[in-house]
Amino acid sequence: MIVPASPDPAKPDLSTPPVAENSLASALPPFSPSAILPRLLARFPAATIELVPNPGPAAEHSLLLDAAHAREIATFLRDDDMLRLDYCSNATGIDWPEKEIVDTVKKSVPDPAGGPDKVVEEKTKRIQPGYLETVYHLYSMARKHGPVILRLRTENRNDRIFLPSLTPVWKSCDFQEREIFDLYGIVFLGHPDLRRLLMWDGFKDHPMRRDYVAPDDFEWEPTPHGSVLDRAKGHYPKTEGLNS
Amino acid sequence: MSNLTPPFSPGASPQDEPRRSPAGEGGPAAGNISDSEREDLRQHGILLTSLEELYGWGRSNSIWPLQFGLACCAIEMIAAATARFDIARFGAEIFRPSPRQADLMIVSGTVTKKMAPLVVRLWNQMPEPKYCIAMGACAISGGPFKQGYNVLKGIDRLIPVDIYIPGCPPRPEALLHGLTELQAKIRAEHVSGPQAARHLQADSASEFPIPDYGAHDLEPPHNPDLFKPPASPRAEGLKN
Repeated sequence: MIVPASPDPAKPDLSTPPVAENSLASALPPFSPSAILPRLLARFPAATIELVPNPGPAAEHSLLLDAAHAREIATFLRDDDMLRLDYCSNATGIDWPEKEIVDTVKKSVPDPAGGPDKVVEEKTKRIQPGYLETVYHLYSMARKHGPVILRLRTENRNDRIFLPSLTPVWKSCDFQEREIFDLYGIVFLGHPDLRRLLMWDGFKDHPMRRDYVAPDDFEWEPTPHGSVLDRAKGHYPKTEGLNS
Repeated sequence: MSNLTPPFSPGASPQDEPRRSPAGEGGPAAGNISDSEREDLRQHGILLTSLEELYGWGRSNSIWPLQFGLACCAIEMIAAATARFDIARFGAEIFRPSPRQADLMIVSGTVTKKMAPLVVRLWNQMPEPKYCIAMGACAISGGPFKQGYNVLKGIDRLIPVDIYIPGCPPRPEALLHGLTELQAKIRAEHVSGPQAARHLQADSASEFPIPDYGAHDLEPPHNPDLFKPPASPRAEGLKN
């Protein structure tokens, strides 16, 4: 017997499984990245927006925006009536240095002697270029939801280190972007007062970068160990006649 | 009156009694008499003292600290000034907001490299005689932030320290103990001679160079005249 789709909630229709995507989309809260992403893509067709999944148990997926449209998208997220993300609680930086990735591809090569095919692993190395990244955590005081996480990435770590400042959109980004500029060296275009925050003005380094080397003041280490011992050894007196 | 020995009678031998004077190891404060003899005289209404002793007594009981705090140790310093711990019992309750009026600098907390030149400048602005207490692990050695890029590994790299108070943070009682130790140190100082107090010696430095903000670190990172690190125990082991 074929039962038509019943509108009666007391008798749920069990013969056909619910359409997974639609029910999932309707169950998503409006601030989840999966719900925001199609709206953003429809609204800003020229923008490149990616969903960056978080595989951990927190599953706080984030949206990777392109620098050219970040300011417009941020303004939209703040002013959209469904989202109303009026509060940026946190902005921070991440340094992703250049790293080498080895791709392994298994290929079956026919044996010229006529035997069974051989499986050969082909390893190709590629360099993933480094970049600097900022992360913004947005909440809505009006709608009581959040967080929505935005990411912005620079083109590299050396000279193309410019990102649009979101301080004109959220005032609370002011000091946090200054701190990111100070410690990571990301230059925020359009920031009203981009100066160093923690270090002094003449300081040249960016201490939170992975390749930063701290100044050597290890002259007196009573109980050195690990990397501290290695650095303290530079101040030890010359040992002659010792094979060490 | 039979039990009273005349203090200057030839029969009594002052050498048999331990000579303890407020002036410390440098000799008795009031001439050639012992403390017990002075106590005998005091019971008869005669007070014998010396200018040196009076000077030290007066100074040690009105140490005015400079009113500034750098980190969480400052909270304990403030607590020491409140009624519960009452640093006023030791005459050090007048925290001066100007270095010109202060005798004691309590470096209470983490000294960042950004803050260090300002601390040295405050020290230079204090008039002699002046004393310095390094309060807490950070002011002594950098403490838990010792390996940090922006923390000075001890204020004694830049200015001379009289009393070190370990702790993280030290309790107010520890600060009071450090203060009484400083009082004992002040009372033991001499006004003249080769063992005169530091501020009375002509060749002792009163001002210390203020480091500049460099491109990567303070310049110089420490005062080489002041900070002479001992060889590390491990380095000593390598030599032998």
